[in-house]
Amino acid sequence: MEEGGYIKPDRDDPGTGEATALPGPVLSRAEPRGLAAFFRRRSPVDVLFATLTGAAGVFIIVIVLGILGVLLSESVLSIEKFGPIGFIFSTEWNPVEELFGAATGLFGTAVTTVLALVFAIPVALGIAIFLSEVSPNFLKGPIGVAIELLAAIPSIVFGMWGLFTLAPIMADHVEPALQSVFGDIPVIGQLFAGTPMGIDLFTASVILSIMIVPFAASISRDAFNLTPALVKESAYGLGATKWEVIRDVILPHARLGVFGGIVLSLGRALGETMAVAFVLGNNHQITSSLFDGAASITVTLANEFTEADSDTYLSALFHLALILFVFSLVVLALAKYILLRAQRKERA
Amino acid sequence: MKNPFVQSTILVVLVLLVAVTGVQAAERLNGAGASFPFPVYSAWAYEYNGITGVQVNYQSIGSGGGQRQITARTVDFGASDAPLSPEDAEKEKLLQFPAVIGGVVPVVNIKGVKAGDLRLDSETLCRVLLGEIKKWNDPAVTALNPGLKLPDESVTVVYRSDGSGTTAIFTTYLSEACSAWKDTVGAGKAVKWPAGIGGKGNEGVANYVKRTRNAIGYVEFAYAKQNKLAHIQLKNAAGTFVEPDMESFKEAATSADFDPARHFHLWLTNAPGAKAWPIAGATFILLAREKSESNLKTTRFFDWAFKSGDATAERLVYVPLPESLKNKVREYWKKAGI
Repeated sequence: MEEGGYIKPDRDDPGTGEATALPGPVLSRAEPRGLAAFFRRRSPVDVLFATLTGAAGVFIIVIVLGILGVLLSESVLSIEKFGPIGFIFSTEWNPVEELFGAATGLFGTAVTTVLALVFAIPVALGIAIFLSEVSPNFLKGPIGVAIELLAAIPSIVFGMWGLFTLAPIMADHVEPALQSVFGDIPVIGQLFAGTPMGIDLFTASVILSIMIVPFAASISRDAFNLTPALVKESAYGLGATKWEVIRDVILPHARLGVFGGIVLSLGRALGETMAVAFVLGNNHQITSSLFDGAASITVTLANEFTEADSDTYLSALFHLALILFVFSLVVLALAKYILLRAQRKERA
Repeated sequence: MKNPFVQSTILVVLVLLVAVTGVQAAERLNGAGASFPFPVYSAWAYEYNGITGVQVNYQSIGSGGGQRQITARTVDFGASDAPLSPEDAEKEKLLQFPAVIGGVVPVVNIKGVKAGDLRLDSETLCRVLLGEIKKWNDPAVTALNPGLKLPDESVTVVYRSDGSGTTAIFTTYLSEACSAWKDTVGAGKAVKWPAGIGGKGNEGVANYVKRTRNAIGYVEFAYAKQNKLAHIQLKNAAGTFVEPDMESFKEAATSADFDPARHFHLWLTNAPGAKAWPIAGATFILLAREKSESNLKTTRFFDWAFKSGDATAERLVYVPLPESLKNKVREYWKKAGI
């Protein structure tokens, strides 16, 4: 306690030394609280540290608000012309006539994101369960690294791979096979109608799912690994099989962690651009077939931003970005809310 | 300091420092815009730097970006595939001149049809792309191709899904050539295509045409040539069927009437020359009128490129401006007081 200005915590606890390392929690109830009090009672180094980290935290909020501000001001023209609600529901996208709407983009974004999650979640859970419960130890390292490497591949590489490798496979093999199985079933057959080209919602969703698997898988694995060995062993001791332990002990225990991983993947899928841009076609249409091209908001931005020359066109693109921003905010906030509520329930 | 490793490291660092400061001391010229001429501009810039030491830094951010950057005066020159209208050039106080010529080539993938086999006129091409002609053995197509066996198969149209100067040139040609296209679709860097699938970039379109039976698409001339795609012959404004090659593009450029008074605003579509390829376009450079100092540097660069850059351009499959047009551009500079 040589530093000047450092005030000794009231409940001195020389035995552990923990009190000096973590002065926060040991303040007694009678001490004045609040930011001002915090600064008055701390050493200059502490104050500097708190200010720096605090500034870093506040900076994020400033950036987000700044982006929101720019998006808003740039899309004013489009909002005035097409209306804030009218734009969302208009399926028109005609740069020549300068008529724009966000419905087709929202459709593409929503469909590819949901489908990608549907494809990715079972695979990610499988990987996570295998790594935490089934895999022999010598395999855990290589597979874990492979998953993390998958997350490090730039999305443009996924895009080119999708265009040159995956799309032909989809068009020649996977999609005709799906068509022959489901094509004749009423309603469901609609999803697989049309000529399989490989540039469509289906291929885009598959690529997207490959890209989000690493996030969902590694977070789920960490969540599974957090299951206390005691609980698992108790279950085994009661005669449960491995499958029963996974289903009834580990999965419920790791529910929140898995959900968190899915939320993170959801955020990634909503914003993913380059991988999808090459295989989605950028057709501004709402279609019932997964084998049709479509346009997601990010794909539209990537494809059309550089060559948007009229003011309305550019403003409409910013307006799209604004809608995606709000859309993502709402979706992620909703997911966070569900997560928090579940956490609270768990504790209660 | 006897260690040879340490000494050599210090030497390398010193050399690097000198090199870096040397580069920083060099004259710089910043340009931004169209991605289509990027390969030739950067090749010219490299050679020009070797000769004069002037560093031309060109960023291919797209034509729309090029126009915006020069309008905002953040670069020394902008570049655009689509010409600015004379009114806009006046309004924004810009100068505009063509730098190099490129073109668009329709390519097909029909079994048994080789490069240059299929002949189309603008009317038929337009109806195919509108989705009115649905099969390759439609009477309108076979009438133009006696002796060519065309399949009874549906046509798939492949177009650019991203906004591009290529699409702008192609749709301008279609709008000029047939009124049905002009009324229903129109011309622009991105349009609402009545039928077909979209590929991103030349590579996306080419890939899909190659892979899809009975497909027709359009790519930049350079891309079609380098990838040996099956191009078609087109009937031009003079009524002759022409192949897309260096000669037919040059003829298009020579026969077209670029007007300096209108800041060279011209689409090189349906050029009148007897052997002119009908779908071509110049790519343009934009200058801010009041920036006389940097304009001088820019025009010096392009003057050098006009004089000594033709071989480089042709090697990269761009069509250099014809001599008469180069002289027109030089006069235009002089008139603008550069």
